Amino acid sequence: MKGLKKLVLAALCLCMGMVFGQGQAMAGKTVKIGSFLAVTGPASFLGDPELKTLQMYIDEINAKGGIDGMKIEFVHYDTKAKAKDAKNFVNRLIKKDKVNLIIGGTTSGNTLAVIDIVQKAKVPLISLAGSVRIIEPVKKWVFKTPHTDRMAAEKIFMDMKKRGITKVALITGNGGFDKSGRAQCLALAPKYGIKIVADEQYGNSDTDMTTQLTKIRATKAEAILNFGFGKAPAIVVKNAKQLGIKLPIYESHGVASKKFIELAGDAANGVRLPAAALLVADQLPANDPQKKVLLAYKKKYEAKYGPVSTFGGHAYDALFIAVGAIERAKSNNPAKIRDEIEKTHGFVGTGGVFNMSPKDHLGLGLDAFKMIEIENGNWKLLY
Amino acid sequence: MDQLLQFLISGLTVGSIYALVALGFSIIYNASDVVNFAQGEFVMIGAMSAIFLLKGGLPYPLAALCGISITVLVGLALDKLAIEPAKNATVVTTIIITIGASIFLRGVALLIWGKEIYGLPPFTGDKPITIGTATILPQNIWVMVGTAAAVLAVKYFFDKTIMGKAIMACSFNKKAAFLVGINVKQMLLISYGLSAALGASAGILIAPITFMSYGSGVMLGLKGFCAAILGGMGSSMGAVVGGLLLGLIETVGAGFISSGYKDAIAFFVIMLVLFIRPSGILGKAESDRV
Repeated sequence: MKGLKKLVLAALCLCMGMVFGQGQAMAGKTVKIGSFLAVTGPASFLGDPELKTLQMYIDEINAKGGIDGMKIEFVHYDTKAKAKDAKNFVNRLIKKDKVNLIIGGTTSGNTLAVIDIVQKAKVPLISLAGSVRIIEPVKKWVFKTPHTDRMAAEKIFMDMKKRGITKVALITGNGGFDKSGRAQCLALAPKYGIKIVADEQYGNSDTDMTTQLTKIRATKAEAILNFGFGKAPAIVVKNAKQLGIKLPIYESHGVASKKFIELAGDAANGVRLPAAALLVADQLPANDPQKKVLLAYKKKYEAKYGPVSTFGGHAYDALFIAVGAIERAKSNNPAKIRDEIEKTHGFVGTGGVFNMSPKDHLGLGLDAFKMIEIENGNWKLLY
Repeated sequence: MDQLLQFLISGLTVGSIYALVALGFSIIYNASDVVNFAQGEFVMIGAMSAIFLLKGGLPYPLAALCGISITVLVGLALDKLAIEPAKNATVVTTIIITIGASIFLRGVALLIWGKEIYGLPPFTGDKPITIGTATILPQNIWVMVGTAAAVLAVKYFFDKTIMGKAIMACSFNKKAAFLVGINVKQMLLISYGLSAALGASAGILIAPITFMSYGSGVMLGLKGFCAAILGGMGSSMGAVVGGLLLGLIETVGAGFISSGYKDAIAFFVIMLVLFIRPSGILGKAESDRV
């Protein structure tokens, strides 16, 4: 930390010496943003669009002259979703690269592994991972942008309650996302008057889930809730169709990509899930505050890289929350940036409208999730 | 109890996938006593090549055939470039080479095909067939038929053809085989080509059910390896018995005990079997080897 202060001081002196006057006081100064994402490895489908989004917008901001005259210097490391690498890279970002702010942790595991480090070093961290444990209890230096698994479970149960569904069969995978989602579902169900009548599990690389579904078929379940991601949920809905199970199937936001529909084919029709508004950007009413932001991001990303995913959107939100905070702080001082991130209010991002506070380091309400049904192989916005 | 029928059918469908992969291990094992850990990658490469050729506009049968041919070339290259240059290596060293090769092949697949998951359309529709209270997909029947055909072909090859017997001879004693005029080098090359073809066919048969990505070979290879060990390494009938048994243990365990402990139950049974019969259910006892 001493080194960082010295650096900031030196940079400041340099600026003072070069130019005088408020507006240009920061010219020549840079703000260093570090990131550690899982660009390759098992979570690459998350990390890859995240990094692309960050790079695309940082280049654009720098081309326009930076934030208030401060150019962004971007340092990135690929963790391959390994918690040990995440720790090493965050240490390096703080001690060697001396960054002012860190964006990252593609996965919850990677983020949770580095929380102690950033808390000690007093560098703000904006995570792109899902787990609610990242921001609960609130940690002074840690923020995040993606919706939590608890929000997904609540949104699903709300929809079930509305439709009068009270008995639900739960089927989940053996990954971290699945397990955390399962725990949230089990904990929240009673609050919505829902009884979990089956609690089945599968391995994420399994080839067949008919056994678990056969057991579910024998229960009195009125709906199936599958919390998972990757290819497994596609197999679950296909197997359910094979067994002739007519119950409504709910999936988590983990399947919110076109790939799911492509893999599951016909069987995907009728599946309901909560997801970020990005998926149905063009179906939003014209007066929706997010519509403009979503369409702009979608257009820009797709022109350069191909189909957008909601995951890249989380990186967009993190970057622009950071940019807004740096602008308001008029400084690259980590502590000042942190204070301004916490004051983020009414920021319209791809995930929703963010209103952070000292008690809420995510700042999204349940309305940030849209309920979506798959109809004829396409997303249909329910509400 | 009407659930039992579905559990059994599910077990057989999963088991036949394992059996098909397990069969691939037997050929190279019979030729050189080496367990080829790149076998799962053969399965993946076969399926992924076929998927992309189909996407590229080739008709389905041709795409499948080309997918198998590409994998055979990969298998031959593996032998020529990695196994043959290390011809004096011990069995263990060669096995380690195949592990290295599997990591390499996965990396190349990642570069060529990316990280996405893909599927193949089923051969003959996906309208489930009802058997009593249970249902089965037509593609599952294709897998079972494919497994049956493959096991008969492999059995015939080793028991009845000169080439099959020559390959077997190489495994028993390389020097003696060489002295009676068998081209050991060539036999090994052929065994890698055949293993690759078998693996690729398995991949194409199961891709419509399980989907494929560059990393799918790891788990399929592992389950196939377990099945092969359970049934008896090198025995083609053993591979089938091991595969079906593994599938049945998994589904019945998941169905009647707990789906969360499905793999644990399966591995427990495998350990138990190996404890009693270290060479597998149908494996020959190791007596003639040092």
